[in-house]
Amino acid sequence: MRTAWLDKNIKWVFTLPAVLFVILMMAFPIFYTVRISFFEWSMSAVTPPRWVGLDNYIELLNSERFWQSVKATLYFTVLALVVETVLGVAIALVLFREYKGKNIAKTLFLLPMVSTPVAMGLVWLLIYEPTIGAANMMLKWFGFKPLEWLGNVNQAIPSLAIIDIWQWTPMVCLIVMAGLSTLPKDPYESAEVDGASAWQKLIYITLPLVRPTIIVAMMLRLIDVLKTFDIIYATTQGGPGSASETLNIYTYMLGFQFFKLGSASSLLVIFFTIILIFTLLMIWIRKRLGA
Amino acid sequence: MNFRRKPYLTAAVSAVLTVSLLAGCGSNNASEGSTASGSPAANGDKPFKGKTLSVYIGSNSTSEYIRSQLPEFEEATGMKVDFQVFANEQLSQKLSVQMTAGSATPDVFTIRPLEETKLFEKNGWLQPLNDYASKDAAFDLADFSESSLSSATANGNLIGIPMLTEQQILYYRKDLLKEAGIEVPKTLDELKAAAEKLNDPDKGIYGFVARGQKGALVTQLSSFVFSEGGDFQNGDKATLNTPEFIKASALYVDLLKNYGPPGVLNMGWPQAMGVFAQGKAAFFTDTSTVYPNATDPDKSTIADQVGFAPFPSGSSGAKPYNITAWALSMNSQSKSKDEAWAFIQWVTGKDMVKKLQLHGTPGARTSVWNDPEGEAGFPQGYIPVIQESVKTAIGHDRPQVIKVGEARDVISEIIIKGLVGEDITAAAEKANVEFQKIIDNEKAK
Repeated sequence: MRTAWLDKNIKWVFTLPAVLFVILMMAFPIFYTVRISFFEWSMSAVTPPRWVGLDNYIELLNSERFWQSVKATLYFTVLALVVETVLGVAIALVLFREYKGKNIAKTLFLLPMVSTPVAMGLVWLLIYEPTIGAANMMLKWFGFKPLEWLGNVNQAIPSLAIIDIWQWTPMVCLIVMAGLSTLPKDPYESAEVDGASAWQKLIYITLPLVRPTIIVAMMLRLIDVLKTFDIIYATTQGGPGSASETLNIYTYMLGFQFFKLGSASSLLVIFFTIILIFTLLMIWIRKRLGA
Repeated sequence: MNFRRKPYLTAAVSAVLTVSLLAGCGSNNASEGSTASGSPAANGDKPFKGKTLSVYIGSNSTSEYIRSQLPEFEEATGMKVDFQVFANEQLSQKLSVQMTAGSATPDVFTIRPLEETKLFEKNGWLQPLNDYASKDAAFDLADFSESSLSSATANGNLIGIPMLTEQQILYYRKDLLKEAGIEVPKTLDELKAAAEKLNDPDKGIYGFVARGQKGALVTQLSSFVFSEGGDFQNGDKATLNTPEFIKASALYVDLLKNYGPPGVLNMGWPQAMGVFAQGKAAFFTDTSTVYPNATDPDKSTIADQVGFAPFPSGSSGAKPYNITAWALSMNSQSKSKDEAWAFIQWVTGKDMVKKLQLHGTPGARTSVWNDPEGEAGFPQGYIPVIQESVKTAIGHDRPQVIKVGEARDVISEIIIKGLVGEDITAAAEKANVEFQKIIDNEKAK
């Protein structure tokens, strides 16, 4: 009897835990965040949240700091993403060829990826220190003018992007290398018969063939870069001024420094929407260009 | 049949999470259980045998000393203390998350009164200590300086016992000043002239260093503002655009921009102190309690050349801040309030405050300050500077609103705009409007 019931409902029985998990750990928090975003609440145990309707959103959209954080997020994301993709693909193409010590080179190259972000942030903070840091020492050796790095409003985001690029280019590279290893041999053979140069093979065969893989790598990086928190918080905490205050850092400030849980939630809702739009855009691009 | 594994795993995980969620809810109510016993001393040895107390404390030299003394306390009371140390911001955040969840732990923690008192009190997270402190004659609450108690009081509730006081002072390099034949600056104008003279970036020496980091810089700007006769607000009116405030801000910007090290915009006290302790700056102004970083040969290359001076006077005299930096508070949800009070009493009692002071931690007890023995823990020349500072000091170093963090960000924008070369007056006007908005919003509720 029981087995008959199980056989009939097996698909529900097996999916139920996963569904419960998603509801408890994902759907509920999202809806709760949306709800809180219409309230004003300072995490108080004695004063209950106060309904303010759309006020939190209106206040945010009218605030300079919000738009500054949108700008910082986009700047950081585009900069890191473009450089990581270009570098990652280039390095993958170089590393993919056969040569002596290939495996050692690959291993060394992937090391940054496994380091702890906050610890790395602190190390980079020392490297970037304008008076005693290694970065300026190097610049001086090569006869360049020293920079202020994280201490300068205009240099902060590029400096942070360098950290992200250093850490995550290997991941793009790894994915692209996986893609390269699955490419078929025949197009290359026929191209050689037709007398194509190495450059032509790269542009007309290799790149179009690995394009779907590159787009997947970009998508993964995009979502990650957009929500970068650790290295920024560990190095500048959004400074100097608000120069590197991304949406994520601003949310943290609103929530845990200013105790404006309502505003923080509405910012998260906006951020969620932005990520959603970006992801949909990438999926659309992938459909048009990929596969 | 690999697919089977995952749903079971998720089921297990979600079950565990659900149970722990429920358990978390359960622990909210129930503050009964330990209503027995009064003062621990009255009950003889080990009155709290078998009890455990959770303590979170801000990281500084005090916390390390208290940790070293814990075994003695545990031996006398019989309770076990779970003692955890956090950095300021992390502690504040951790507390807010745990208090919001109605957690019964930690039982005791440190707060930064000027930063957190109003909000924490409003949120009902703190246990008023008036009764505990006044019932206990041996504790002698009247021994604490009045200004230190007032900063730990909100709506008439004493919500923390002052642990550590601090003032803004001027640190300088004895050797550099002597070499150049410059007297220790007594006024802000002299400070500027001296910084200008000693500034020599080619040799890697900058004239002046202080905080330039958003938010963080506001407290060190405050003494400049007070000494020029300004303040952040006058009652409910923001005063960031007054001539006094703008004059002080312009001086702060001038000093940092023209005679400061590069990258000052990303400097809180640890970075600014780092520049000074590495021998790269002639003058440094910050709070008095961070002096060990300059005088400890392990951390500083100029340990034997550090001079202390009272904050220089501006057009309204020398008016540094003098504040309670840390106070010890009790969780209103604590299930072990008597144990918690026993701990607070131990740390802020006369004996321990004296021991701490011998160890270099400036406390808030008048009797210890008047005791010549209490001075022994500090470097030469430090005590007179503190005593001089306290005479004319102001009791706050940041705006007095509930949303201190937000207000600090708004105010520091004036200095940041100045440091990146924008017009200070315009920045001050703009900040004033925003700061007024914060004040008005809080009043409306």
